[in-house]
Amino acid sequence: MVGFRNKIRGMGQSAGEFLIIGGLVFFVTIVILVMAGAPPLAALYHILKGSLGSWTKIAQALTAWIPLTLCAAGLLYSFRVGLWNIGVEGQVVAGAIAATAVMKLGVTFEIPSMIILFSFVAAFFAGSLWAGLAGLLKTRGGVNEIFGGLGLNFVAHGLTLWLIFGPWKRAGVASMSGTEPFPELLWLSGFLSNRLSPSGIVLATAALLVAGWVLARTRFGLSLKAVGSNPRAAYLHGLKPDRCFIYAMAMAGGTAGLAGAFQVAGVYHRLIPIISSNYGYLALLVVMLSGYRVGVVPAIAFFFACLNVGSIQLPMMLQLDSSLSGIIQGTMVLVTLLAHGWKSKRYKV
Amino acid sequence: MRITLHDIHKHYGKVRANDGISIEINSGTIHGILGENGAGKSTLMKVLAGYVTLTSGRILIDGEPAVFAGPFDAARLGIGMLYQDPLDFPPFSILENFMMEAGHGLTSKKDEHRQKLLRISDHFGFSLNPDSIVQNLTVGERQQLELVRLLARGVDVLILDEPTTGISAHQKQTLFEALRKLREQEKTILLVSHKLEDVEALCDKVTVLRKGKVAGEADKPFAAPRLLEWMFGGMPPSPPCTQITDASSRIVLKMEGISAPGGRAGVSLTDFKIGRGEIAALTGLEGSGQELFLRVAAGIKKPLQGRIWINEKEMTGQDHHSFKSEGVTFLPAARLEEGLMPGLTIAEHFAINFGKGMKLSFKQAEGLAVDGISRFKIVGEPHTKAESLSGGNQQRLLLALLPSNPRLLLLEHPTRGLDVDSVRWVWEKLLGFAERGAGILFSTVELDEVFRAADRVLVFFNGALMKDARCCDTAPNEVVQAIAGKI
Repeated sequence: MVGFRNKIRGMGQSAGEFLIIGGLVFFVTIVILVMAGAPPLAALYHILKGSLGSWTKIAQALTAWIPLTLCAAGLLYSFRVGLWNIGVEGQVVAGAIAATAVMKLGVTFEIPSMIILFSFVAAFFAGSLWAGLAGLLKTRGGVNEIFGGLGLNFVAHGLTLWLIFGPWKRAGVASMSGTEPFPELLWLSGFLSNRLSPSGIVLATAALLVAGWVLARTRFGLSLKAVGSNPRAAYLHGLKPDRCFIYAMAMAGGTAGLAGAFQVAGVYHRLIPIISSNYGYLALLVVMLSGYRVGVVPAIAFFFACLNVGSIQLPMMLQLDSSLSGIIQGTMVLVTLLAHGWKSKRYKV
Repeated sequence: MRITLHDIHKHYGKVRANDGISIEINSGTIHGILGENGAGKSTLMKVLAGYVTLTSGRILIDGEPAVFAGPFDAARLGIGMLYQDPLDFPPFSILENFMMEAGHGLTSKKDEHRQKLLRISDHFGFSLNPDSIVQNLTVGERQQLELVRLLARGVDVLILDEPTTGISAHQKQTLFEALRKLREQEKTILLVSHKLEDVEALCDKVTVLRKGKVAGEADKPFAAPRLLEWMFGGMPPSPPCTQITDASSRIVLKMEGISAPGGRAGVSLTDFKIGRGEIAALTGLEGSGQELFLRVAAGIKKPLQGRIWINEKEMTGQDHHSFKSEGVTFLPAARLEEGLMPGLTIAEHFAINFGKGMKLSFKQAEGLAVDGISRFKIVGEPHTKAESLSGGNQQRLLLALLPSNPRLLLLEHPTRGLDVDSVRWVWEKLLGFAERGAGILFSTVELDEVFRAADRVLVFFNGALMKDARCCDTAPNEVVQAIAGKI
């Protein structure tokens, strides 16, 4: 009974917190827009219209939501074990490369859906391998996962460029526009003139549900939490921290790899130089803002997806610099983290 | 300067780190503050250096009340502290470090400072090359730099925190010479230590702290057993000899020729055995090897040499998890830092230790937790997080998480920081484990606990097993002698 009452009070608290943070974010955003010389209300209107104004726009926002949510679902594992998986970008790229490789090999194969499925499986393994490397660097090499991950990001991006301009270049012309597009049979099908893929939405939702279930309901999930809390104590209680680090990274990387496969199979239909669209980095922010709560992730991811898609309108409609949306997103995260920081500081004193 | 501490109290929540300490420290003397870990030494030092604010009490300097709002105030009054870990900038040179505090004016006056540095350094017989980079120096040299820097600032009161840890014998001699010179200059010197030999060699007067209180005070020459008695508590009577079962036939832990590095002196011993149901207390000055010994026996610390058997099975080179599956359990002294997992609930702790299968069963975990809570009288609920439990309840939880029939229990300071009731209760449980056949090894700094709880006492000194005897055959003052390294 007491527990229940506390729960209710806790919910009230977090709702209040959400309102305060939301208000603060809104206020700071307005200040930035004013400083950039933009009419704030008009700018907000265009962002809203650009992301939710029509079915096509909503489809675009959802198409950004899918990889963002996949990355975020993956990051839930690595955050739970206490690791900063900055390398999520590289893991998306590794997944995209693996998916492209499968598509290229399977062009002549008779059942295209099998090829698509197989490309996602390959992407999962490539992503986990890439993340596992960062994990091994940490546990065996003593390299902090942030630096290891960052280094591997550069390697993955370099690898993409090399493939696009080298072995996988288009016949005749190698260009920044990427590799030869796949035949349409190998595209992830979708509606609204092929913009929105239902299988993508199902995949992202499933990844989130799996992460939620694994972390909350399995022994593995509890082990990750224990190691994330206190690796030394976890070891004394019979857990193997190093193994947990690597498994968590592998799960994170695998899920992020699926985002890469989606970018290839569902969005660009080829490998392009910035195949990740920086969704990995953005997902780090999404998960931090969510307070590592699975239930909140899809909403925040959708919010960021809308902001991302909607702010494309700003340069067109209001002649604002396109980097403004990045500034707004960054500021939001800072403000939220600041609010969390203040809160925990106040509780500590 | 004469410093008077009057009824100093510093409480952290329920913990009384300093509980009414009154000391008079005269100028021109070297005053020792002696005590084991947790006796309140560091708190007292921080009080004097202005780092912590008092709960109550007064500090008088030359009879005048002094109030420190922060370290700056103490420094302004001429109080300087030499920390165990030097407060220097490792990538910089000695000269640059030396100049760090004296940085006034536009020009750096490098040559002037160089002269000053060399003058002070020569005066005390230190060999500091102004251009050496600090990170290449030994701890002793860094300490000399730190001392020179404090003296250049013009300190009148010098507080030294365990200054002989990690320095060579020669450096120690040089340091002691320097301190004697400073005494002649009428400086006030406070030497904080848990090493008897340092205090005996250097101090004119010593105050022994125990459990946040002054346990005793003595002038030179000191009677070592007396000081140790104050440090480790009063002399309990030896227990009567009881017939313990012949342990030799049922050995749970056997070690041969173990040597392991670490701590102050490492640890090395030739032969060791402990049988089923035997309870042995490990004692000695902090860092004499007993901590390392427990970790070697648990398979946490790998020895450089030697062989280990658990239940007659050779375990040399295996990790802690293999030891664990043979029934070895280790409970660390730092309960929240190393023992428990903050953020996890009591039920989750049970699930990790006893649960089976891939899927978590909350019902099962909760059932285990409810059972443990009632059997071990933990004040808490299954969903209470480990960090919200009091120290005593954290220890109860750790005991509740033990397997029901451990073969060998290794405990670091199992009752440190617990209230009287919890102490009694913890020992009741531990005796229960021993009766069911577990061998128990525990470290302690309480003589009273050694003789009340153990059948056997192991005294460590300087990394070696100085004494290994049955409690009933040993007088407490013999144990005290062994702690001081004298047989």
